Amino acid sequence: MSDLLFEDDEPEASGPNGDNAPPATVSELSARIKRSLEDGFGRVRVRGEIGRVSRPRSGHVYLDLKDDRAVISGVVWRGAAQRLEVSPEEGLEVVAEGKITTFPGQSKYQIVIEQMAPAGVGALMAMLEARKKKLAEEGLFGEARKREVPFLPDVIGVVSSPSGAVIRDILHRLSDRFPRPVLLWPVAVQGEKCAPEVVAAIQGFNALAPGGQIPRPDVLIVARGGGSVEDLWGFNEEIVARAVAASEIPVISAVGHETDTTLIDFVSDRRAPTPTAAAEMAAPVRGELLATLSGLEERRERALSRLLEERRTRLRDLARALPRPDELAAMARQRLDAVGERLPRALMASANMHQTRLARVAARLSSASLVGRIEAGRERAALFGDRLRPALERAVGQTRDRWEKSARLLEVFSYKATLSRGYAAVRGASGVASSAAELAPGETLEIEFSDGRVTAKVNGAASSEAGAGKLDTMSNKRAEASKRRKKKSEPSQGDLF
Amino acid sequence: MSPTDAPSPSADAPAVASMSFEQAMAALEQIVAQLESGRVDLEQSITLYERGAELRKHCEAKLRAAEMKVEQIVQGADGSAVDVKPFEAG
Repeated sequence: MSDLLFEDDEPEASGPNGDNAPPATVSELSARIKRSLEDGFGRVRVRGEIGRVSRPRSGHVYLDLKDDRAVISGVVWRGAAQRLEVSPEEGLEVVAEGKITTFPGQSKYQIVIEQMAPAGVGALMAMLEARKKKLAEEGLFGEARKREVPFLPDVIGVVSSPSGAVIRDILHRLSDRFPRPVLLWPVAVQGEKCAPEVVAAIQGFNALAPGGQIPRPDVLIVARGGGSVEDLWGFNEEIVARAVAASEIPVISAVGHETDTTLIDFVSDRRAPTPTAAAEMAAPVRGELLATLSGLEERRERALSRLLEERRTRLRDLARALPRPDELAAMARQRLDAVGERLPRALMASANMHQTRLARVAARLSSASLVGRIEAGRERAALFGDRLRPALERAVGQTRDRWEKSARLLEVFSYKATLSRGYAAVRGASGVASSAAELAPGETLEIEFSDGRVTAKVNGAASSEAGAGKLDTMSNKRAEASKRRKKKSEPSQGDLF
Repeated sequence: MSPTDAPSPSADAPAVASMSFEQAMAALEQIVAQLESGRVDLEQSITLYERGAELRKHCEAKLRAAEMKVEQIVQGADGSAVDVKPFEAG
């Protein structure tokens, strides 16, 4: 402030003498104002509520800090904006730290903010609510994400302060319940280093290779004792919540007292109200397990012996109910005896029956009946013998007649085919005349045509030419002769035969 | 399954050695309940009984390993765990 007065004094001091001095330019004056403000104020810390916030693409953040009567413009350069602990939001009460400067272009003075922190519990809680809402919307608190805490872990990892009551409480309760190997990853549990160290510890435990030199814990306990909201603030940081969500190893959170709820509690797999309770969640009570085991052992033994006893009893009962072998055989033997006794009798009866039948049949078999049948046969043979000769002669006669008739017919019909072709058979006194020389003049001839016979007389002596000529003539007269035949045939026929 | 494989109740059951304490305990409880029900044939009851003995041994071994060894992580330059040292309460 004294600097400012001094600066203010300067123009006054030179005023009376400076009437003739050339006037300063606006830029020169602005530069002098800028310098005097920057030199006069240096770094300041100011508490106020964030008013209008704007974030141009440049990455710088412009905002107003205000109280009920005044407003100061503020700017956060891009680099500083990325490092801010809290994201500036309208309405958030903050303590900002930075330098006062001017913006000559608009005749403005402003604060260049380098750090900013929420002011007071109300501000912190408001910010926490906003964070919670955001992570809940991302699904980080979902029940489906929760991993099962192993029933009996081989190694328990603890992320906490190496000093203080918390680690002692945890170890004490673990040794009461079930002494286990414990790996402690020491971290700051409050202050600015808290959140980054807790994140590094969770990630570091997860980075341990299973079966490596340093045993990888099966479960992690992130613990801190009670404290103010500001003390516990590290466990409300988003990076801590995200590290817990990303942990492959199940995480039990135990931060503060039961009434304190921090962001890590929402995202952890189990939330313990106290570090002691976290130890209880991490390990079962060995004594109880031993008791359960011996109880099971006893039941197992008893179950088997009862099972065997039941079977033994059942076997005995069944054996009792089973008939004795000789009893089974006795019945069969009795049946055998009964049947055996009946066998000779049955055999005898059967033989007798057959004998009776034989006798009956034999009685009917006598010589008298046989002689009678022979005599009857002989009589029948004599009878047939008498009838045989006439029948035979009759049959021979019939056969002969048939044969003679057939021979005659054969003779008659043998040349008939020739006659139909215009030839004629000529019969003289000595039968069929096959040459003219056989015929004598005046001889009556019988000329046979295919359709009948006529008689004729030989007129001349045999001459081969004339005979042929006459016969031809006669042939030409055949039709006429045929007409005549009707009158003459009957006597002629009679003559012929 | 080849014909030489004798069917046994433990053929498809997981190897006891690879079981967690809780799994082994649960399996043992189941076996005891099965034996107590009496609805197992003699052959099977013997097999179950023997498997129960194996499970009990496994559980007991897990319970016997009750050693309170507390160590503290030693971080390397990059912040990762490079070693452990005995924990001394501050």
